[in-house]
Amino acid sequence: MPAPIRLRELIRTIRTARTQAEEREMIQKECAAIRSSFREEDNTYRCRNVAKLLYMHMLGYPAHFGQLECLKLIASQKFTDKRIGYLGAMLLLDERQDVHLLMTNCIKNDLNHSTQYVQGLALCTLGCMGSSEMCRDLAGEVEKLLKTSNSYLRKKAALCAVHVIRKVPELMEMFLPATKNLLSEKNHGVLHTSVVLLTEMCERSPDMLAHFRKLVPQLVRILKNLIMSGYSPEHDVSGISDPFLQVRILRLLRILGKSDDDSSEAMNDILAQVATNTETSKNVGNAILYETVLTIMDIKSESGLRVLAINILGRFLLNNDKNIRYVALTSLLKTVQTDHNAVQRHRSTIVDCLKDLDVSIKRRAMELSFALVNGNNIRGMMKELLYFLDSCDPEFKADCASGVFLAAEKYAPSKRWHIDTIMRVLTTAGSYVRDDSVPNLIQLITNSVEMHAYTVQRLYKALLDDISQQPLVQVASWCIGEYGDLLVSGQCEEEEPIQVTEDEVLDVLEGLLVSNLSTPVTRGYALTAIMKLSTRFSSVNRIKKVVSIYGSSIDVELQQRAVEYNALFKKYDHMRPALLERMPIMEKTATNGPTEIVQTNGETEPSVVESKHLPPVTHSCISQSFDYLLLLTLCLGIPPMTAYNKNGLKIDFTFERANPNPNIAVITIHASNSTEADMTDFVFQAAVPKTFQLQLLSPSSNVVPALNQGTVTQVIRVLNPQKQQLRMRIKLTYTLKGSAVQDLAEVNNFPPQSWQ
Amino acid sequence: MHFLYPIRQGKLRLQKWYVPLSDKEKKKITRELVQTVLARKPKMCSFLEWRDLKIVYKRYASLYFCCAIEDQDNELITLEIIHRYVELLDKYFGSVCELDIIFNFEKAYFILDEFLLGGEAQETSKKNVLKAIEQADLLQEVRHLIKSLWMSEISCY
Repeated sequence: MPAPIRLRELIRTIRTARTQAEEREMIQKECAAIRSSFREEDNTYRCRNVAKLLYMHMLGYPAHFGQLECLKLIASQKFTDKRIGYLGAMLLLDERQDVHLLMTNCIKNDLNHSTQYVQGLALCTLGCMGSSEMCRDLAGEVEKLLKTSNSYLRKKAALCAVHVIRKVPELMEMFLPATKNLLSEKNHGVLHTSVVLLTEMCERSPDMLAHFRKLVPQLVRILKNLIMSGYSPEHDVSGISDPFLQVRILRLLRILGKSDDDSSEAMNDILAQVATNTETSKNVGNAILYETVLTIMDIKSESGLRVLAINILGRFLLNNDKNIRYVALTSLLKTVQTDHNAVQRHRSTIVDCLKDLDVSIKRRAMELSFALVNGNNIRGMMKELLYFLDSCDPEFKADCASGVFLAAEKYAPSKRWHIDTIMRVLTTAGSYVRDDSVPNLIQLITNSVEMHAYTVQRLYKALLDDISQQPLVQVASWCIGEYGDLLVSGQCEEEEPIQVTEDEVLDVLEGLLVSNLSTPVTRGYALTAIMKLSTRFSSVNRIKKVVSIYGSSIDVELQQRAVEYNALFKKYDHMRPALLERMPIMEKTATNGPTEIVQTNGETEPSVVESKHLPPVTHSCISQSFDYLLLLTLCLGIPPMTAYNKNGLKIDFTFERANPNPNIAVITIHASNSTEADMTDFVFQAAVPKTFQLQLLSPSSNVVPALNQGTVTQVIRVLNPQKQQLRMRIKLTYTLKGSAVQDLAEVNNFPPQSWQ
Repeated sequence: MHFLYPIRQGKLRLQKWYVPLSDKEKKKITRELVQTVLARKPKMCSFLEWRDLKIVYKRYASLYFCCAIEDQDNELITLEIIHRYVELLDKYFGSVCELDIIFNFEKAYFILDEFLLGGEAQETSKKNVLKAIEQADLLQEVRHLIKSLWMSEISCY
C-alpha cells in the first residue's frame, strides 16, 4: 500500500475543490484510505492520518472513528505522536465518550515523564477536558506538580488544579497545602495562574475566603511592584507591566475585600494609586482601570474612592473608543442603585449615548436613563426618551414604552402631562406597547377624573388619523364608550373642544368593527363601547341595530356579546342604565378598595340570560378583557332596589354575594340628586338588627352632584349567618343650599334573594 | 473562557472549547455566532451579549477572532488576550497570514495551548511562550533526526 498522503498535501487538494460536493467526495475518499490504514495498525503513519482527520473534522466532517487512534498516539513514545494524539483527544473526545477514560493511565504516566514538555501536554489535556472521574484519579499527581520548583510545570499544574476543583469541588481541600508559598514565586506565569487558583478557591468556599484574607498585604505588595517597577521588556504591554497579572490581582482583591472592613482598608491606597496613575491612552490601561473600578465598587471602600471610581466611568463615557463606552455604561448600570447621586452627575453624557450607533450601547444607555429618572428631571428626561422612542429600532420600542409608562406613573408632574405622555407613546409606538399596558392605562385614565374630556378628545382625534395600532385603538374605544357624552358635548377645558356629532362617533366605532386592521380583541372593545353609548347618546336605535347585526357574527366572542347586549335592550332594559354607568375609580388590586368584588379570570360575561344564576361579573382592574359593560355586578339575579327617595335624594341598592362566604351580602348604594344644587357633606349611615353584622366602606365622594350628573357610591357588607330577613335603618345627612339636612328611614323592601 | 475561534466568511479555521458540549451543539452554537458576528458593522463595539455569555470579537485582516467569556470576566482584558495570541502567531510564523493558519492549524493549536490552559492565561510573557514552542518543536525534530539515521524514510507527517 502506498504511503498515505501528507497533511499539507491533503489540505492543498481539498482547497482546490470548487463545490461542496467535490470537497465531500475528496474527504470521503481520504477517510476510506485512513480507515484502512487504521485497520492495518500502522504505527508509522498513524500520526499523519490522525492529523489529516483532525483537519477534516475542523471542516465539519465526522471523525469519531479516529478517537481510539488518538489514544494509541498518546501511548506512543514519540513526542510527535503524543503531541498530535493529545490534540486529537482535546478536539475529538470529551467526557461523554466512555473511551476517554482509557486516557487516564497514559496521562498518569505522562504526568511523571522525564521530559517536561510531555508532562505539559498531559497537564494541558487534563486541564482542558478532564472528566470528573479522570480528575479524581489524577488529582494527586496534579497536586504533586503544584509543589514542584519547575515553574513551567507549576503554572500548568495550578490551572489544571482549577479545572479539577471545578469538576470535583470536594477535592479543593487537598490543594490547600500546596498554595502556601505560591505567591512568593517570582515567575509571572506561576503568579498569574496561582492568583487564578486562589480566586477559584475563594469563590467556592467561604472558609477558603476567610483563610486567604491574610494574603491581602502580599497581593497589594505584588501589585505595587508591578506599577512602580521600571520597564520590563518581558512583560510590557504598551508601557504597562503585565496587565494580565494586574487585572487578576485586582479581581482577587475584590473578592477578598468584599464585606470585610480590614481587607478593604488595606487595599484602599493601592486602588487609589492604580486609579490615578494608570495610563489611559490605550485599551490596556483602560482594562486595568475597569477592573479597578469594579473592585472599588464592590468592596467597602471609602466614599472618596467611590466617587473617584464613578468619575473614571464618567470619563470612559466620553472616550472615543466605543468599547470603553460600552463597558462604562454596563458598570454604571450596576452601581446606579447604590451610588445614585454620583451617577446622576453624568446624566447628560448618558443621555447622549442614546444617540450612539451601536445597539448594545443604546440599550444600556436606555436602561440607565430610566434608572436615573426622578421627580426633578422627569420633564427633561422624558423629552429625550420620547425622542429616542420615536427613532429607535423596533427591538427597543416595547421596553422603552413600558419604561416610559412606569416613569410617568411614578413622577408625573401633572395629570395633563401624564395623559399627554401616554398619548405620545401610543401614537408613536402604539403597536409595540405591551398587552398589559392597556388595562393599566385604562385604569389611569379612569382615575384622572378631571381629564376625562381632554383624554377622550385626544384619543378620538388620534383614531381619526390611524386605526392600525391596536393598543391605542383599544384604549381609545374604551374611553369613547365611557366618556362619549363628554366628547359630543364639547366639554374639554384643556384645549379647544372639537365639534363632533353622535353619528360621527358611532361611524368611527363601527369602522373599527369592520376594519381588517382590527384584531378580535379590538372588535370586542368597539362593540362594548358602542353599547355603552346607548345610555349616553340619544341615537339608541342605531346602536340597537348594530348590536343586533353582530348577534350573528362568525366570531363567537362578538356574537355572545351582541346577543347579551340585545337581551339588555329587551328583557333587562330597566337595568341598562345602571349597568352601563360610568366606571368608578379603581384600585390596583382587586381585593381592597371601596368595592369589595369577586374576581374571576379573563372573560367574565353573564351566561345565557335565561338562567337565574349568572356568574359574578367583576370590574377587577387587572384582567384580560377590560371592557366590562357591567359596572355593577349582576350576581345571582338579584334585582336592584330603591331604598330611599325623598326631597330629590334617591338611593338605590345593588347586590352581589362575596363568593367565599355566602352569608355575606355586599350592597352598593348609589346616591343621586335630582335637585338643582349639589348636596355637599353627604354622609350615609346604616344600622342593622343585632343578629347581623355590618361593615361600611368609604364612599366614593361626599358630594352628590345636582341634576343627576353623577352618583356617590358606597359599599356595605352585611354578614347574615342566621339567614334572617334583612332590615336596615339608614341615616342621611347632607348640606343643600347652605342648610343642613338630616333624615332617617327604614329599609324593609329587600328582595328575598339578598338574604336567603 | 468558554471557547475561542477565528473565522473567515463563515469558515472556521480553529476552534477551542473549554466546556464539554456535543458536536451537534457545538455546530449549532458556531453557526449562530458566526452569523451574528459577521452581521456586525464596523462601527459597532467589540462586545455582544449572547445567551448568558459575553462574546468578545476582534477582526484582523480577513479573520475574526471570537471569545466567549462569562459575566464576571473583564471584556477589555479579553481583547488583550486575543491580541496577544495574534502576536504570538505573528512572531512564530513571521508576519502571519490566514494561509499559515490553514496549512499549519496544528501548530496554531500548539501555540494556543502554551498560552491558555482551561480558558485562562498560563503565561503572560510572550518570550516564554515562544521559547516553549520552540523547544517542543525541537523535540519533534530531534526524534525525526534520529529516526532518519536509522530508517530510510522520514516519517514527518
